[in-house]
Amino acid sequence: MLKVVRIALVVTYLFLLVAWPVSLVAVNTFDGGPQALLDVLADPDIQAALRLTVVAAVAAVLINTVFGVGMSMLLVRHEFRGKRVLSALIDLPLSVSPIVVGLALVLVYGGRDGWFGPWLESAGFQIIFSTPGIVMATAFVALPLVIREVVPVLDEIGVEQEVAARSLGANGWQTFRRITLPGIKWAIVYGVVLSLARSLGEFGAVKVVSGNVLGETRTATLVVEEKYLNFAQQEAYAVAFLLAMVSVVCIVVVALIRPRHDGSEKKGARA
Amino acid sequence: MTSSATLTRTAPRPPAELRTARPASTLTRSSGIGLGIAMTWFSLLVLIPLCAVVITASAGGWTAFWTTVTNEQTAYAIRLTVSQAALVTLVNVFMGTLIAWVLVRDRFWGKAFLEILIDIPFALPTIVAGLVLLSLYGRDNPLGADVANMPSSVFLAFLFVTLPFVVRTVQPVLQELDRDVEEAAASLGASRFTTFRRVVLPSLVPAITAGAALSFARGVSEYGSLVLLSGNLPFSTEVTSVRILGSIENDNVAAAASTATVLLVISLSVIVLLDVLQRKVGRRA
Repeated sequence: MLKVVRIALVVTYLFLLVAWPVSLVAVNTFDGGPQALLDVLADPDIQAALRLTVVAAVAAVLINTVFGVGMSMLLVRHEFRGKRVLSALIDLPLSVSPIVVGLALVLVYGGRDGWFGPWLESAGFQIIFSTPGIVMATAFVALPLVIREVVPVLDEIGVEQEVAARSLGANGWQTFRRITLPGIKWAIVYGVVLSLARSLGEFGAVKVVSGNVLGETRTATLVVEEKYLNFAQQEAYAVAFLLAMVSVVCIVVVALIRPRHDGSEKKGARA
Repeated sequence: MTSSATLTRTAPRPPAELRTARPASTLTRSSGIGLGIAMTWFSLLVLIPLCAVVITASAGGWTAFWTTVTNEQTAYAIRLTVSQAALVTLVNVFMGTLIAWVLVRDRFWGKAFLEILIDIPFALPTIVAGLVLLSLYGRDNPLGADVANMPSSVFLAFLFVTLPFVVRTVQPVLQELDRDVEEAAASLGASRFTTFRRVVLPSLVPAITAGAALSFARGVSEYGSLVLLSGNLPFSTEVTSVRILGSIENDNVAAAASTATVLLVISLSVIVLLDVLQRKVGRRA
């Protein structure tokens, strides 16, 4: 009896908070058939926004993957001064407000009176109000995701095989590529998928650094806001539907591959 | 970058008494260079910009900082944000633990689907989250409960975006928990509630606290889901992030930085709390 009550409570809660509202995006998008979605996809400004979103997200994910795997190796396999502080600071981007992220980047890289901005601009690099700023804001907010997936797995697989490889004469790179990388492959895949979902959907930080110029620095999430506020609700829902689809697909992909491959690293992996 | 630069050289061996206090650096030449590059990027992207916020906030001295953050409208926004985030965290502590319990201990049809629902708020773009909540709880909605532009919209938005945190921190701990102890307690005559309170709950407390801290930090820093839902009305539904954006748009960078510093202090406290908790749990294991 108690079991039925608690399952019913949980199902109702999740239905009202997540399932029902999210399903309404699809319902509202296809209110008048698929035409709304096709119109949106044919709009050159929205095409430009979608392209920019994909480019920025892919760039940010690439940067975060290389940085994340390297940082995880350093944090798990090495001892150095300040390691504890560093490993705590790595998680900071997850709890900083996106608006503060944007403000922080503008204060340093702003072209008018940022710390490095005027100097970089005179050297020909515009960061704020341009694509590099959008990439940096996106990379900032998704920074810890790869590391949080890879670190527990690296911890779990231990160093024995790596030591064996080294004693058989493999160099550092060979050991990493042939021994370590296959062991953390799936953790990297989850990290990348989660980062991609987070990066495609970044809104607040991008809003501050992008300048929101139509067709140039407006990303897909900014289009949703702008269309909705300009009473183009159908278009807002159509773009929101595209973004929601991608994030749901990312979550489903992670859910499908995770149980098959993580067996041993379940404990505390997400803590 | 001085710290990473010194790390790339092989440091002189510290005297014996220091060596036991701190594990010696095991960096090789190439991993030292790797650390240097990683730290340079991390500093350029995260540390220097965040320092710039604090330095800009302190440029006008303590009085200027204090006047800004105690400005009536700003103080209202901070109070609203912190109180709603605290309230939402309380709900999450209860519902999150319950959801984790149901997902780990109960078997029923459709559980895999619930697992996916839990992660959706984490991956869904925040602006889309605001839009979906608006379509069910906004004007002309099928439920007839209009929260748009009301303070309760802030609560609703926070509740949505913080859903996964307590569930996902408690779930793995619950999975690892030894059922034998519970059976022993039950066989000694403890009721189901007593077993939960005296045997299960104590081992879940660190995970619940960690999840609560994350959910509080996420709530306090939320922006995107509120844009369309709350209307951002001063003295009613304007949260701290929106207030900061307002200052940025009015070109009042000093005020923006001061308010942002308040949020940064909250995020940092959460990080410190989590680190302390992790050490505590790690020692016990």
